Amino acid sequence: MTLLPLSPPQVGDWIGVSDQALPVDEAWRWASLPHCGGIVTFCGLVRDHSEDRPGVTSLEYEAYIEHVVPRLAEVADQAHARWGGIGRLVLLHRVGTLNVGDVAVVVAASTPHRSESFDAARFCIDTLKHTVPIWKHETWEGGSDWSTCAHDASPFDGSIPPPPRPVRST
Amino acid sequence: MARLRLFGPAREAAGVSQVLLTGRSVGDVVAAAEERFGADFSRVLEVSRIWVNGDDAGPDTLVNDNDEIAVVPPVSGGCA
Repeated sequence: MTLLPLSPPQVGDWIGVSDQALPVDEAWRWASLPHCGGIVTFCGLVRDHSEDRPGVTSLEYEAYIEHVVPRLAEVADQAHARWGGIGRLVLLHRVGTLNVGDVAVVVAASTPHRSESFDAARFCIDTLKHTVPIWKHETWEGGSDWSTCAHDASPFDGSIPPPPRPVRST
Repeated sequence: MARLRLFGPAREAAGVSQVLLTGRSVGDVVAAAEERFGADFSRVLEVSRIWVNGDDAGPDTLVNDNDEIAVVPPVSGGCA
């Protein structure tokens, strides 16, 4: 699947996935609205280590690409349902090969007052980690393998994620 | 033949990213995949969800040739 360059929408939230560098500066500027006094922008970066894995040099994000945007949009819908004052939301995720310091994910939320923008942005990043079909493969000084920080891919329904369903007939 | 797509650790364990398999239900297709791909794949399957056309499905979910079944291991997008 070819990924188009990310550009903000005419209406609605800015949701996207790309194998190119994420437009962090454009994201928070787009989220700015006259009636919003606060924007919280969260950038998730590739770190040089993970649990028991010193010297991380790169990551490869693999995605079930057709379902990334729909799942991000669900997170955005949930955020709007919880914080009715959200002006604009940005949820962008990068895929492909990333190096230390690269931006892997961007969340931006604008609201009239600051507390809601912090809360909404935090909700979005925490939730998308559990619901969006993306897998992180780490390369570090001792080898390479899938991330050990993984979550059951639960559909978000506002409750605590249920345990995995059995996949075999009993 | 139903199309089974494999991602992340499931793709790596199977050695392919997609395969056509015979089966009337998710359970049938998953069983055929386990037979084909072996124990490493089964271990990933134990902790994975199965989606049909993007929605959570169980072993009794019926599938046809137009359905896309996916093995969705625990996800690790975002960041720490």
